[in-house]
Amino acid sequence: MIEISDIKKSFDDVEVLKGISGTFYQGKTNLIIGASGTGKSVLLKCMVGLVKPDEGNILYDGRDFTHADRDLKTEIRREIGMLFQGSALFDSKSVEENVMFPLDILTTMPKSEKLERVNFCLQRVGLSDVNNKMPSEISGGMKKRVGIARAIVNNVKYLFCDEPNSGLDPQTSILIDNLIHEITEEFGITTVVVTHDMNSVMEIGDHIMFLHKGVKEWDGDNESMLTTDVKELQDFIYANKFMKRFRNNPTI
Amino acid sequence: MKSIGKYFMFLGSLFVNRESFRTYVKLILDESILIGVKSIFIVVIVSTFIGAVTAVQTAFNLVSPLIANYVIGLIVRDMTILELAPTITAIVFAGKVGSNIAGGLGTMRITEQIDALEVMGINASSYLVLPKVIASMLMYPLLVILACFLCIYGGYLAGTLTNAVTGEEYIYGIRFGFNEFTISFMLVKSVVFAFLVSSISAYKGFFTKGGALEVGIASTSAVTNSCIAILLADYLLAQLLL
Repeated sequence: MIEISDIKKSFDDVEVLKGISGTFYQGKTNLIIGASGTGKSVLLKCMVGLVKPDEGNILYDGRDFTHADRDLKTEIRREIGMLFQGSALFDSKSVEENVMFPLDILTTMPKSEKLERVNFCLQRVGLSDVNNKMPSEISGGMKKRVGIARAIVNNVKYLFCDEPNSGLDPQTSILIDNLIHEITEEFGITTVVVTHDMNSVMEIGDHIMFLHKGVKEWDGDNESMLTTDVKELQDFIYANKFMKRFRNNPTI
Repeated sequence: MKSIGKYFMFLGSLFVNRESFRTYVKLILDESILIGVKSIFIVVIVSTFIGAVTAVQTAFNLVSPLIANYVIGLIVRDMTILELAPTITAIVFAGKVGSNIAGGLGTMRITEQIDALEVMGINASSYLVLPKVIASMLMYPLLVILACFLCIYGGYLAGTLTNAVTGEEYIYGIRFGFNEFTISFMLVKSVVFAFLVSSISAYKGFFTKGGALEVGIASTSAVTNSCIAILLADYLLAQLLL
């Protein structure tokens, strides 16, 4: 479980996060949603330590990450896996080397055991016969899968995904969403996904936090979200014509 | 001043929270091939021609019959050891290796590969930059030694082929009044230049912000700043050590 309290972050004079608090639950796919520029990615970066918040605390199973010393910070980070928006695969390494990388650096496993683990993770994300391909030789959807395999290869406790289905076609997006959801439940990971894709919200959103202009306006599950009376959230959910049909006719 | 402070903090970050020794050994070997072995061709071409040109131009200026021809060898030797081999090669090194380091790290930064390392709990600056700096400091002196030999040999070829000097005179010249300290001075310079080029280029690449255009700007800036640092260090070392 990850708890955040009163997270504030400004860049120069622009206040991006204005005191956000909330809880992200273990074994659930926790979504941070909101329009572009509301601070979703900044919040995610604060949580993984890529950006230092100006104020507030981030607790990983009770361990204070924000004020931790270097050793504790490294210990917590080694329990974190992250899928980046652009996958962030190392272009000079093959798919196999990319997935094996955290094991090479962070463990003393023998090579055969590492290879076994890599193959298990690649199969788990539905990839086979791509071990020796370079990232430039595989599709965007495959890159995301390799990114997920790399994120979970070291038996992580926390998985962060920054817009996992951006740039993907609807079918592949659903596959990636479902994969993240299945992995979260199967391994009991605390997963935090930043997205603004309503398909993802409805498909995998166990727990949702809605941000608007750097403030948490709402949180709850995806079913209660549809009947919310928070105007900003309503505007966000029913922004497209398809969703507007649900708003006008709740019996659909 | 802010950039200089940030540069020194960056250098400090290379030595904290490091990975295991065996990780660095492999990375240093890989970088040594990239930085050293793959620079041999350009160093061979540049140094041979610089030596040849130095010999021809020295011969052109020696118009007095009172000055013996072996002076050509002597001048080529001293110019090569004191300046041409370490400094001119450093400028070439900055152009080839410096831009490569800055471009590579800049691309890794904008494609979030550096962030991926940080999230894994790996000190990205130490993991990515320290092997490049160490490999440069190991390989560049070897490149300078190679450049030194080839520069003097280029002078020999140009001098003898144009009949400006005989082979015996040239060899007598390069052995005449030789001061061994100049070799130590050359090697000290080469280690300092290698450190400056690799660390400045890495700094410029590591903190790239933006997109592809900014990666290009970082590479250019890395080469420009490295060249300025080389020339400043060249003057300071000459003042201090000679």
